[in-house]
Amino acid sequence: MSGTDTDVIDALVGITPGSALDAIRARRPEARAHAQATYQALFAPKDPGNVSASERFAVGAFVAGLHGATAVAAAYASGAPAALKEAVDTAVKEAKTHGPYGSYTPGPLSREDTPGPVYRMEASTRRALGPRLAAAFEHAHMLVFHPRDAAPAALQALLDAGWTTTDIVTLSQIVAFLSFQIRVVAGLRTLAGRA
Amino acid sequence: MSDSILKTPEHTVPTAFTRAQLDWLPWLEPLAVDAMTPRHQASLVDAARVKSPYFRLLARDPDALEARTRTDKDIFYNPDGGLPRAERELAAAATSRFNGCLYCASVHARHAATYSKREDDVQRLLDAGVTADLDERWNAIIAASVALTATPSLFGPEHVERLRRAGLDDLAISDVIHAAAFFNWANRLMLSLGEPASV
Repeated sequence: MSGTDTDVIDALVGITPGSALDAIRARRPEARAHAQATYQALFAPKDPGNVSASERFAVGAFVAGLHGATAVAAAYASGAPAALKEAVDTAVKEAKTHGPYGSYTPGPLSREDTPGPVYRMEASTRRALGPRLAAAFEHAHMLVFHPRDAAPAALQALLDAGWTTTDIVTLSQIVAFLSFQIRVVAGLRTLAGRA
Repeated sequence: MSDSILKTPEHTVPTAFTRAQLDWLPWLEPLAVDAMTPRHQASLVDAARVKSPYFRLLARDPDALEARTRTDKDIFYNPDGGLPRAERELAAAATSRFNGCLYCASVHARHAATYSKREDDVQRLLDAGVTADLDERWNAIIAASVALTATPSLFGPEHVERLRRAGLDDLAISDVIHAAAFFNWANRLMLSLGEPASV
């Protein structure tokens, strides 16, 4: 990313000062400012705790890659270590599918259950990323494509890989926030006629 | 020991979408009220949220929580033109229905019904799902929210055109986009950090 002061959504949509979309975003000034503040809190945090910048941007690049959001993925990949880039790309290829799918608690909604893959990373990719990031990617895949399959066991897998409770909150916010940011970018680009 | 999975108390798991009040039980340990610093407390934005285990869990990353909440409030509550509040809530409920978040759907279906006075239509969205045939304007808002919620996104110029034909201006369409996008954020946190319980 070109510094964290640039408004990321404006940059990725291609919003220029004085344009129609600039005026529309200006009508929701708090949403605009705090979408950017969330980006800063998650990708340039004042207190990063145990979650490194490399981990944050690698997860960002993976999540954007899963969405097929090429420009967004490139922006996050630019913040991830070059040594991880190939493994992130490989993981995206292994994991990419279509969502949302998943199962409900058995009952009347079971007729809506839609099967789909649970991502288990290839051993070579896991070696390249390390166990902590590998666990994060497997969790991120569930959050992106089949969040209704979430269960305590998924959080246990993160704890087992060394993510603390607070780290898991941050990781979950990164994946969930990107699910928002990517859709705002896609939606506004379409609204502006440049999908 | 805060770094372990919580055992939820005995509870009834809801098995259908509902407008009734639901509870939410965390799978990870929220901050204890008396362990919260002034920064943690401020991150709740509304002091009353200290009662919510969901917000006390998210307060573990206070800067992210505070920015999330201020984004949320402007998308849904800003009264300056655009989409009426009822239809922002409709987009939130449709997104939650499609992702399968019973808790989020219950809250925002309740709001959509309250602000629109169209309880039957909102209930049909919950019962029949996102293909329920309501009226053209609501169908268009639901279809746009669902297309944007698919991964990868299926939202295209045809959704924008349909919303324009239904009478939405570009600010209102931007509100649909933001409401649906925001619930792709909220659903993932609610679904993955705990579970709903019938009250």
